[in-house]
Amino acid sequence: MSALTKTAAILREVLRQPSGLVGAVIFGGHVVVALLAPLIIPYDPAAQNVNAMMQAPSIVHWFGTDKLGRDVFSRTIMGGREAMLISTLSTVVAMVWGSALGISLAQIGGRTDALIMRCVDGLMSIPWILMVMLFVAVLGTGTASLIPILGFSYGLSVIYLARAAALDFVARDFILAAQARGQSRWTIVGRELFPNVRDSLAVQGAMQWSWIFLAVSSLSYLGMGVAPPTPDWGQMISDSRGIMQLAPWALIWPMVALSSLVIGMNLFVDAWAKTIGVDRAQRVPEA
Amino acid sequence: MLGMILERIGMALGTMVFISVVCFSGLELMPGDACTIHLGRGASDSALANCRDRIGLDRPATTRFAEWSVNLVRGDLGVSAQRGKPITQIVKWRLRNTLILATVAALIGIPLALFLGVVSGLSRDGPADVSISSIAIFGMTVPEFISGTLMILIFSVTLNWATGIVLASYRAPALELLRASILPAATLTFILAAHILRMVRASIIEILQSEFVLMARLKGVPRRQIIWRHVVPNALLPAISVIGLTIAWLLGGVVIVESVFNYPGLGRLAVDAVADQDLPLVQAIALLFGAIYILVNLCSDLLAMALNPRLRSLRG
Amino acid sequence: MSASPILIVDDLTIGLDLAKGPKPHVIDAVSFALEPGGSIGIAGESGSGKSTLLLALMGVVRPGLTHLSGAVQFEGVPMLGQPDEALLALRGGRLALIPQNAAMAMTPTLRIGAQIDEALALHTSLTRAERKARVIDLLTLVHLPDPALMARRFPHELSGGQVQRAAIAMALAGDPVALLMDEPTTGLDVTTQLSLLELMGELQRDRGVAVVCVSHDLGVLAKLCQRLVVMYSGAMVEEGPTQTLLSQPSHPYTRALLASLPTLAHPGLPESILGRPPMPLALPEGCRFAPRCGLADASCQRLRPPLVEVAPGRRLACFHPVEGRLAEPVDQSVLDAGARPAPVLVVQDLCVVYGRARGLNRLFQRKAPAHVVKNVSFKLERGEVLGLVGESGSGKSTVLRAIAGIHPLANGTIVLATRGGPDRVLAPEMAERPLAQLKAIQMVFQNPESSLNPRHTVLDLLAQPLRLYGGLGAGALRDRAAALLDEVRLDASCLDRFPARLSGGERQRVAIARAFAAEPEVLLCDEITTALDVSVQAAVLKLVRDLARERDVATIFVSHDLAVVRAISDRIAVLSVGQIVEIGAADDVCRRPEHPYTQRLLGAVLETALP
Repeated sequence: MSALTKTAAILREVLRQPSGLVGAVIFGGHVVVALLAPLIIPYDPAAQNVNAMMQAPSIVHWFGTDKLGRDVFSRTIMGGREAMLISTLSTVVAMVWGSALGISLAQIGGRTDALIMRCVDGLMSIPWILMVMLFVAVLGTGTASLIPILGFSYGLSVIYLARAAALDFVARDFILAAQARGQSRWTIVGRELFPNVRDSLAVQGAMQWSWIFLAVSSLSYLGMGVAPPTPDWGQMISDSRGIMQLAPWALIWPMVALSSLVIGMNLFVDAWAKTIGVDRAQRVPEA
Repeated sequence: MLGMILERIGMALGTMVFISVVCFSGLELMPGDACTIHLGRGASDSALANCRDRIGLDRPATTRFAEWSVNLVRGDLGVSAQRGKPITQIVKWRLRNTLILATVAALIGIPLALFLGVVSGLSRDGPADVSISSIAIFGMTVPEFISGTLMILIFSVTLNWATGIVLASYRAPALELLRASILPAATLTFILAAHILRMVRASIIEILQSEFVLMARLKGVPRRQIIWRHVVPNALLPAISVIGLTIAWLLGGVVIVESVFNYPGLGRLAVDAVADQDLPLVQAIALLFGAIYILVNLCSDLLAMALNPRLRSLRG
Repeated sequence: MSASPILIVDDLTIGLDLAKGPKPHVIDAVSFALEPGGSIGIAGESGSGKSTLLLALMGVVRPGLTHLSGAVQFEGVPMLGQPDEALLALRGGRLALIPQNAAMAMTPTLRIGAQIDEALALHTSLTRAERKARVIDLLTLVHLPDPALMARRFPHELSGGQVQRAAIAMALAGDPVALLMDEPTTGLDVTTQLSLLELMGELQRDRGVAVVCVSHDLGVLAKLCQRLVVMYSGAMVEEGPTQTLLSQPSHPYTRALLASLPTLAHPGLPESILGRPPMPLALPEGCRFAPRCGLADASCQRLRPPLVEVAPGRRLACFHPVEGRLAEPVDQSVLDAGARPAPVLVVQDLCVVYGRARGLNRLFQRKAPAHVVKNVSFKLERGEVLGLVGESGSGKSTVLRAIAGIHPLANGTIVLATRGGPDRVLAPEMAERPLAQLKAIQMVFQNPESSLNPRHTVLDLLAQPLRLYGGLGAGALRDRAAALLDEVRLDASCLDRFPARLSGGERQRVAIARAFAAEPEVLLCDEITTALDVSVQAAVLKLVRDLARERDVATIFVSHDLAVVRAISDRIAVLSVGQIVEIGAADDVCRRPEHPYTQRLLGAVLETALP
């Protein structure tokens, strides 16, 4: 079976489960909306209107306006784009370097493995948010600096996971057989180990995406993430904190958008992990 | 056994040293130094010189590191670039406040989570499990700031049961702080409990399918005895190490929760420090958090060793 | 005149609990009865449903399975379809089970004594002090050394044999009248196995306990049970007194099964049964054994033969029963006394050590390194099969690994004489050996599930050595791989399949093909048949033997099973605690053993037939 048909078969199986289907629909919906956003929005999300501050939802402004008179609907529709972009690129960075190192460490073993893992353990002692904040304090915020920062921090947990997944196989006889044949270490990592952890890594990649997305939103909430005027859900929630009682819609819509995206993603990944038999719970809780 | 304990403690100390070195040297390698970062690019030379003088940046890196480490051990965390005051003073109160918050969350959250996790696991897919798990999954997937904001929306704004934003000063007496911090504590407890609960549930479900539980059943052990004597102890063992990790996670979550509620703790201080680009302060807080994480992990590992017969007799 | 049976199984049928469609039968219309003090053995390979049957006797049906029809009665009490509460007193009391994997069946967080005490508390009315004494009694009864100390240990602190005995003690706590045993000697050494079975025999005689024993090992059943029930694919095919059934089996499956077992009494390569047992979801309409049976005709394929009584105490489900004793396998070991060419491998004073730390770690070394192999020396002649036999811990696998370079040797030399090349001393580690040397020595591992990369197709697996050693291109590769598969009697269509789609025996053949793809001079076989079903082992043995002969490849065959080693080897070396205690022609070693250890080993082998 070629790789493509196999992927299609797995996807079909995942969609057969109710959680998988719901998750895919919600997440897919978000992606479509985010991609089409510039074409759908009625207003410029950054346009402030002093005359229309904190207006309740109406025909003119479907989701109402926020404290600066900006249209909440437009901002909500556009609010996921930047965060999703940052998440996707950071995930790629994290997965590439994290799994390469993790799988190699599983095969290398011995003192090198122990030493490097100690260092990784040490680095993970600092809660991710503080590590990010450290970098941000020096490098400043903005998409360009966030991607390497997040890619590095989350790459650390990917090392853990990739290594754990590979260790499962390193002990097996077929690795020993390959060594006894005289295959080089890198051939073993690439040809023997990698195909076995590929599936589990794919699921982990999706999970990391969702963790990183939450991180970006949290950072935006704290004012260290996506920079205004680009609309972002975390930022919108933070902005509208003060007017919670006067204009709850400015708060609720971005919350609904964010929550639904993450829940949808989680449902899908759960169903996916169950289908291919990967233990989703095998993740390191983010520190 | 003693050897294992000492080894574990040694590892913890080693890690502590390691992150100190990383923290210090990592920032040394960045472009600019604490002062240029703090004062920005347009700073005048004299302002820079003043700042450097205040923090003591005019000496070579190795000397500074040595001094810094010695100071650390003595409890002196350096000087804040923004406020010019010794960091230890600034951090003292806020550390206390954060610890209060975290401790309350842990003390309530952990037992609650253990209990709910067992109930949830035993009634797998039953009504109790579905209701408990749905709420837990919500708490786990949705970011802390949304959970916190929701708490405010529901309990403060709508129901008016508690205050939302914390108005107490950072020096306020513990009791007053406690009263003011019901919602942030509740948020942290909720999220912490959600994580631990799901883990315990998974563990219970796994243990229920194990060989020795079947054997107990074949031995004629009544169901209740099987659960409390055979299942729960074995299910909770792995939970202990996870609890350690989750508490450590708590430290990260604290930063955001404190920001949501404006709670005068270490987390909010860190956010302010980043906004000020006050490098020494951020560095010190990062180290503090790291130290707490390492300590908590150490305790949970030692506890796991004490309770798990398998770990005790493995070596030495 | 027999007393009323204590355990009655009546037309029991259990099937897979599928949501839609018919439920395939895992156990089909099984009926038998156990007399008080009697013993019944249930023989079957994997897929025969024997473990499900045993659990059903306790009234337990695993999730995923469902009780379709029939009943199980113990002392008049129906066992199936009851809530657990109704059977609490019986289970662990008058009816007790000894689990297959005792190490996993004991609760890890409770001490051994506490677990036995629990059984006592549930099924006797002894006081706490009395129970404490009783625990010691029971542990002494099962011949565990230092019972007081044992009682305070946790399950993981005991060895496999010890924890098995503890499980027996626990089963005896409730003073049972019937014991159910699930593969009681799996994973145990022959000598441990023997003493355990003798213990069971004692218990039967002294206490009159009735026994139901499930096993794939006919030798174990022959020793322990008066009557035998043979199962195939969930159905009973034959039942009768053990000795008569084993010496004159009537059912073609029973005959084929017995014929496929290597025995010491009748040395020679046994015949294996072709094909494999049907999957529960694809059961044939008629007799389940018909696809593999040489005597099957049209009626066998259409109708299920019913279980009928063919003689008093003897039942059979077959349209074509067979008379007479089994044919003896032909002794194929060939040893010509003529001039022999130079040996291909010379091992001299081989020493292997475990646990030796390197470099700085030596400072922290707490335990002295263990000498697993001590001064082992032998010569391997070209084209011969040398059997290496020993119990666990004897170092036999370690010798193989040292020769392969997987585990470095601590002392001694291994010299390899390649054809048309000088003799070479092999470097201790495989990383240090040149490709030519690695090519010359190939190994086949015990567990085919673990030794084949699950993500590689058979073609990929065979291509690795072909490319590495032969430098073949894509087109030539496929042809060569197909040719290799042909030699191991597999169809070329297997090339594009993944290992998961092959049976255990087929996977092992692929592993063997892979080894031969390198065109080695020495083949190392590490317990290659141990993980396979009994009836399939014979085919693999024959395959290795034939291929080695054809290509003049010297083979070292390691196994703990003396009968298997005898069937395939020209010479046998016996290992004990890291040293060779005896080495010589296979026939000599087995018929006229000199060393006391060899004699003990031979004595512990359980035979199904009397010599």
